Order: sequence, then C-alpha cells, then structure tokens
Amino acid sequence: MASLSAALGTEIVFAGNFPTGYVPVGLAEQDSLKSLGKDPALKVLNDRPWNVETPIHLLDDKVTPAEKMFVRNNGLLPENIDASAWTLAVQGESVPEEKNYTLAELKSKFRQYTYQLTLECGGNGRGEFYPPAEGNQWGQGAVSCALWTGIRLSDLLRDAGVKKDAVYVGYYGADAHLSGDPKKESISRGIPIEKAMQEETLIAFQMNGKDIPLAHGHPLRLVAGGYPASVSGKWLKTIAVRNKVHDGSKMESPSYRVPIEPVEPGERTSDDNMRIIESMPVKSIITFPKSGAEFPLGRTLDIRGHAWAGEESVSKVSYSIDFGVTWQACTLEKPVNRFAWQHFQAQIKFPKKGYYEVWAMATDDKGRSQPMVVPGWNPKGYLNNACHRIAVKVS
Amino acid sequence: MGQEEIRKLLLTITSLGVLMLGLIVMAIALVLTVQFQPKWLESWFSQPEKKEVLLAEETEEEWTSERLEEVGLVEGEGLQLVLANCTNCHSAKLVTQNRFTREGWLQVIRWMQETQGFWDLGQNEEAILDYLSTHFAPEPRGRRMPLEVEWYSLE
Repeated sequence: MASLSAALGTEIVFAGNFPTGYVPVGLAEQDSLKSLGKDPALKVLNDRPWNVETPIHLLDDKVTPAEKMFVRNNGLLPENIDASAWTLAVQGESVPEEKNYTLAELKSKFRQYTYQLTLECGGNGRGEFYPPAEGNQWGQGAVSCALWTGIRLSDLLRDAGVKKDAVYVGYYGADAHLSGDPKKESISRGIPIEKAMQEETLIAFQMNGKDIPLAHGHPLRLVAGGYPASVSGKWLKTIAVRNKVHDGSKMESPSYRVPIEPVEPGERTSDDNMRIIESMPVKSIITFPKSGAEFPLGRTLDIRGHAWAGEESVSKVSYSIDFGVTWQACTLEKPVNRFAWQHFQAQIKFPKKGYYEVWAMATDDKGRSQPMVVPGWNPKGYLNNACHRIAVKVS
Repeated sequence: MGQEEIRKLLLTITSLGVLMLGLIVMAIALVLTVQFQPKWLESWFSQPEKKEVLLAEETEEEWTSERLEEVGLVEGEGLQLVLANCTNCHSAKLVTQNRFTREGWLQVIRWMQETQGFWDLGQNEEAILDYLSTHFAPEPRGRRMPLEVEWYSLE
C-alpha cells in the first residue's frame, strides 16, 4: 500500500485499514493508464481492448500530445516489438510481385514528410444516439491532431509498382484478435486508391517527433487524415493493393458504414443500403474553458477550440449563448496543412447573471454546418457531429 | 518343438514385425510433419495449453463486490453466467457501457458468434439474456440531454 501511495504521489488516508491485496476502485485502472503513457484524467471506456477517451478540455493543445491522445484499439496490443527487425510487405492482386522493406530501408530509401493530421474515430459521439447503438459509448473526445512523420504511401506504391486495375489499399497489422485465435484478424481496413495516392497519406514512424507510442501503432502506422481513424492501421505489417474493395475484418457491413437511404431511428436495414464512410463530417469542440466555469458578471469570457471537416476545410465557426437564437462569428485560423484541424476563438460578454450554454457551430467550405441536434440515426452510431456546448454560470 | 509351437512362434514374429513396421511408418510420418507441416503439430499441442491458461486466468480473477462495482456489473440472477461467458475475450466494460432490449442483446450475441468466434451459449442463453435485458435496458432520452455540470470558479 505504501508503494501504491508513492506511485500516486498522495497519501491514502486509512490505508492501514485496507485488507491486504485490496486495490481501491479506479486505482488499478489508473495504473494501466500510466503504463499506456496516458494522462490519468483520460476516461477508460474499455480495457480489453483498450478504448480510452480524452475529456474535451484536455484537447486544448494545438498539437495533441501523446499522453492526451484517445486510444481506440480493436485487438490486443502486440508484445515484444523489435523495430530493428520490423518489415513491411507490399502485396495484393494489383502489384506485379510481393515486395518487402525493412523499417530502416523505408527511412533511408524514401523522402520523409511531416504533416499535422486529424484522426477522429468514426464512432466519436456514439453515446448520444437513441436508441443506443452497439459499441464503445464515446462522448466527443475520440479525436486528435498530432504531427506525423513518415514516407508518402504513394512513393512506396510507385516503388513497388501498381497495376492499372488497383482500386483499394488495405492494411494488416500485428495486433491479435481478442479471442487469441491466430486465424482471426482484429481489424484490417483500407482506403480507396485515390486516397492512398494523396500527398498527406503517410506510412509513419514518428508522432510529434518521437517514435510512435505502442498504443498508437509502434513502430509503423498508416496515417490517412480526414477519414475515420480506423483506416489508419497500427502496427503495420502489410499493405495490400487490391483490384476490388478491400475485404479485411471490419470492412463488412455494418462496420464503419452508414445507410445510403436514411432510416428511422432503431430501424434495421439491408447491407445493400449501406455505404463505407469516407470523409468525416464538419465538427468543432470548445476546449477552453472547461464546461462548468463560474465567473462574475462583467468579465469577458475568452473561448477557444478546434474545428475540422474531414477532407474539406472549415470556412466559418460561430458561437451562440442563447441556444441558437442568434449566432456570432469566431476568429478562425487556416489549417497548417490540409487535413489538420483549425483553431478558433472568441470573446464573449454576457448580458446578465444566470446559466448559459456556449454552443459552437462550424461550417465547411461546401456550406455544410453542424446540426444542433444529433444527426441521422444509423445502426452503428457513426458520424455524430452535433454542436459541442459547454455550461457556464455568470454570478 | 511341435509344428503347433513353430506356427505360434512364426505368428508372434510376424505380428512383432508388423508392429515394428507400423512404428517406423509413424516415426517417418512424424519427422515429415515436423519438417513440412509444423503448424499441424502447433495447433495440436498449443490449444489444450491455451485452455489451461484461460482457466487459470479465470480462477485468478476475483469478482469482489468492489470489482463488480468498478466495471458497472450488478448482482442478480445470471451474473455468474455473464462473468463466465462475457469477460473472456473483452472486458466487462464493453458489456456495461451498452443498453439494449432483449432482442438487441440477442443480435449482439449472434453478431459475435457469426463474426468474432464466440461460442454457442446453449441453455445458458436465456438466463444471460434475462440478466442483460433486465439490468442493461435502454433508458429513454432525447436528442440533446441537459448537460451534467460540475461547477468551478474560473480563474
């Protein structure tokens, strides 16, 4: 128990009264978070597989640091990774022959690029759908925007040779299926060939200037910003260039798919009526202040946050303190590069004392805005881009 | 030595010979398998081992009331079946985060059986569905709920 106190840096009152071997509720989880390199304030939705959400106010950094990055895993974390022996295979129907590259070769043979890329879980916001949709009940914190360094997937594909009939690029990683069955894949998704050939689509080996942390795909990860983060395959072992839509695990309906013709909440629909999610929709979060701020009348409230729009850019962010009756413009920065989130801020004066909610609404360059209510229900609860809001009290 | 005894002796020698031949053939087969199809043997030997590990883990994990509370499970009829069947591959939290009707829970079980290698629950399925649909049923709510707020003084 003393060592437990030491690890936590706090004294546990009445620790002497605890039965031997008893770990207080929540502490075991915090230890696990620490082993993942995560801020203890992150919320564990599930620890097998790891699914950890970031409270919105901890997403305030312009570049998301590793300790505040959400984790969405489908399988088990790979063990005993030896980066010096790591190889990447490029195979599939649409390459002339399989080619293998060591990690060192990838780093030395190809030019390296760094981009800041927004990765958002397709199920971010699922917890607000009703009737409930199956899966991790994410709030709004399954999003990050870190700096990724690596080589362009397009450079690798050109080196390996891609046939004209290529339509899709799938990935395979080293994470084992939850059942431990080696014949089962935990997840093996992919992207259309056009997305694969974009300049910003990377085979990355660094995140924020350091080796990618284990939970985020060490030592190699496919990173394709703007798409559901599940296409950015971790612990990357194989790139498969396909002459059809990739058919790995969780490419099948209803995973990462939404209805083509909208359905009534709770209604089941046929697989034919489901399409694969590509670009994520427009969205914004208020990262400062944390919801719940109390302050005196007369004080100007500075708010700030980030906005992103999948493959598009954000053209406008507005805020409302009267539940959408009126909207005011925020100052909005341009993205540092394509597929990076944009920062917004505003100064707000409140007319009188009382309870307020500050709502933010982003609009993309095609004129599409965030809905104030939860958008169209879908069987797996994807793409909830409803406006984020915080509560404040003027006293 | 009578003719009968010689016949017996010959018979013994012949059967011993056949046995030896059989052993030699099996040994060759084993060597060939090790050489060319080691995976057959791996799966043969590793599976029972794995089961033992699983069992060991099961007995190791103590479901104290604190531990149940931590993962959000509640005491009730069927709890032991849920612990035995629903916490082997994923953690209990994947169960307790979700809310479904009885039909919805059945769909989740079928999905796991069809795509994730989950086993047939047999007679236990009813009791498990009873537990899940009683304690983890959907709660009615609107499209945007009132915010849950922890107030603090802004510096």
